[in-house]
Amino acid sequence: MRVSIANGMIVDPVNRVERPGDVAIDGEHIVAAGQLPAGFKPDRTIDASGLVVAPGFVDLAARLREPGFEYKATLASELHAAVAGGITTLVCPPDTDPPLDEPGLVEMLKRRAANLSLAHVHPLGALTAKLEGERLAELNVLAEAGCVAFSQGDVPLVDTLLLWRALQYAATFKFGVWLRPQDSFLAKNGVAHDGEVATRLGLPGIPTIAETIAITTILRLVRESGARVHICRISSAESVQLIREAKQAGLSITCDVAIHHLHCTDADIGFFDSHFHVVPPFRTQRDREVLCAALADGTIDALCSDHTPVDEDAKQIPFGESEPGATGLELLLPLTLKWAKESKLSMSQALAAITSAPARLLGLDAGTLSPAARADICVFDPEAMVRITPQSLRSQGKNTPFLGCELAGTVRYTLVNGAVVYSGR
Amino acid sequence: MRNPQLNANGELTHLLTIEGLPREILTHILDTATSFISIAERDVKKVPLLRGKSVFNLFFESSTRTRTTFEIAAKRLSADVVNLNINTSSQSKGESLLDTIDNLAAMNADMFVVRHSQSGAAHMIARHLAPHFHVINAGDGRHAHPTQGLLDAYTIRHFKKDFRGLSVAIVGDILHSRVARSLIHALNTLGTTDLRAIGPQTLMPSGVEQLGIRVYHDMSEGLRNCDVIVMLRLQNERMRGPLLPSAQEFFKTFGLTPEKLALAKPDAIVMHPGPMNRGVEIDSSVADGPQAVILQQVTFGIAVRMAVMSIVASH
Repeated sequence: MRVSIANGMIVDPVNRVERPGDVAIDGEHIVAAGQLPAGFKPDRTIDASGLVVAPGFVDLAARLREPGFEYKATLASELHAAVAGGITTLVCPPDTDPPLDEPGLVEMLKRRAANLSLAHVHPLGALTAKLEGERLAELNVLAEAGCVAFSQGDVPLVDTLLLWRALQYAATFKFGVWLRPQDSFLAKNGVAHDGEVATRLGLPGIPTIAETIAITTILRLVRESGARVHICRISSAESVQLIREAKQAGLSITCDVAIHHLHCTDADIGFFDSHFHVVPPFRTQRDREVLCAALADGTIDALCSDHTPVDEDAKQIPFGESEPGATGLELLLPLTLKWAKESKLSMSQALAAITSAPARLLGLDAGTLSPAARADICVFDPEAMVRITPQSLRSQGKNTPFLGCELAGTVRYTLVNGAVVYSGR
Repeated sequence: MRNPQLNANGELTHLLTIEGLPREILTHILDTATSFISIAERDVKKVPLLRGKSVFNLFFESSTRTRTTFEIAAKRLSADVVNLNINTSSQSKGESLLDTIDNLAAMNADMFVVRHSQSGAAHMIARHLAPHFHVINAGDGRHAHPTQGLLDAYTIRHFKKDFRGLSVAIVGDILHSRVARSLIHALNTLGTTDLRAIGPQTLMPSGVEQLGIRVYHDMSEGLRNCDVIVMLRLQNERMRGPLLPSAQEFFKTFGLTPEKLALAKPDAIVMHPGPMNRGVEIDSSVADGPQAVILQQVTFGIAVRMAVMSIVASH
């Protein structure tokens, strides 16, 4: 089947393209972006007048909750949400139940995701067996089953010796290791940024040093082991500084930030709104501003949704007992556009953070409209407003700090492998 | 964001925290409490202000003193009182907090007096209920204990007449103390400018200065020329471990002894929210001495709670 997406504004960050034109698709692949090739006769034409035509988004962190947490979300519900949000490739952490520490689980997940023919799913394998932090998981076997890298999810790895060994072992086979930096002793029992707001509200704090000390440890171990490490979800200005210095010193390291951390601070918790209970915690206005600037200048490599669907029961309890996390698949685009607008960035710069940059980080041929690339495409209206309500969200997780907000950026069509998998109003 | 304890007319419908309440409301509560003091001295210790109303004492965390004084306060206002002690661990296995509340609301409760180990529990309940219900926070986690803050303020006003020009020291475990937080907000609103928190760094929450209090780590410095000393209770489980090495060492450094008390003004009063650990935060000779007003606090507590209940029920 030949498809043309006509008269849109083509934005392809990796090729530095931001101009009006048509995109031609033949079967599963892109043929051309700009002008239709001579003699190209489309079977279907999608009118993209007034719309942006961009590579489908690549999300570095989306919890799909299967297996084990089907009461929070299912593969089907979340992959429908992903394509409704323009996301065509996503990485899911291994913190399912059971965790992704066996090849059978990974293969099953990949197969079931493939059967849905929605977004491409790339699982992270468990770095340690059962994520218990006691012995290494079978990384080679898991890699063969389709794991793109290895991670502990949000489960702390307390034993520094084991972390070092894990990085040495992963480096031996050039496997990537994704770590969320948090010293588990310093963060123990904490539910909000340790500062004035937590003190006022009487909420146990997670100090910034819980993150910076963990990052410092990781950076030293990377230097010792040569492991390929990606630091997940940084939340503080001090963390940005540590990573900037490490990169300047030539250390090969990457990092990301969750989209809600570019927009929220601890003050937004207000009167104990558990939708603002996330990990890592929202920190201060200064932290937020530094994160926004660091993503714009490339110190932070990519943006992710950190999508974490949580059931209503786990949020409708006092803040300190509530389960952390925010739903994000359908908010990634509007919140990226909001960040770009506030930071005065071009559409291409904005979309790079959720297309080409994360694709490069994953080593995947995705996040581009180059000829011969897989036809994973998002067509969206950058101006059309969307009101975030439980009804507007396809995700089973309705938990977001942005409930009730009106945001610009509405997905019209999402294509995966050349097929339209989502079309909105 | 509107203060969730006020209605559209700015009147108090719940008491969840002292933070953000205007001075007039605090003064009105204290003045109303004064008018209730004499009731306790009558033969018939009752007024009919809450006749026909049902007050549910909902204690998810154990308490004797606070629950009892709320019960007495409600009964003196002629309300029907139901006491519920709900073990949080058994609750976590079954019914959720809001289900419990819905069930009690369906029994036609008018007012909930809530104590819970989690900060924000009373806010959550107030947000969940229809507007004609009233919620009084009787202590939520480390966050707030507003009636205690008010009865402390009442005691200070009773003995010192005015809040301005006073030096007030709060001593001990500020980190875990909802009593301290509520008193800091109350005194800042009522006009006290010299507020001091005294304790080791391990018991000071980060950024506490921004609540409007100066931090001291030394009793001899912090108590100098104080008018009011508020000693906080040190929980057993915090007496040894990463926060403090031992109860003895705490008493040696931050316990209130006659020698340390002598640093304050000669007419300084000594307060304690109770229950006291004699020999840990306070020496018996101070607790039983002429400057201690700890038992008066308990008496005033009933009048203050009557005032709060009658005011919120009237809006």
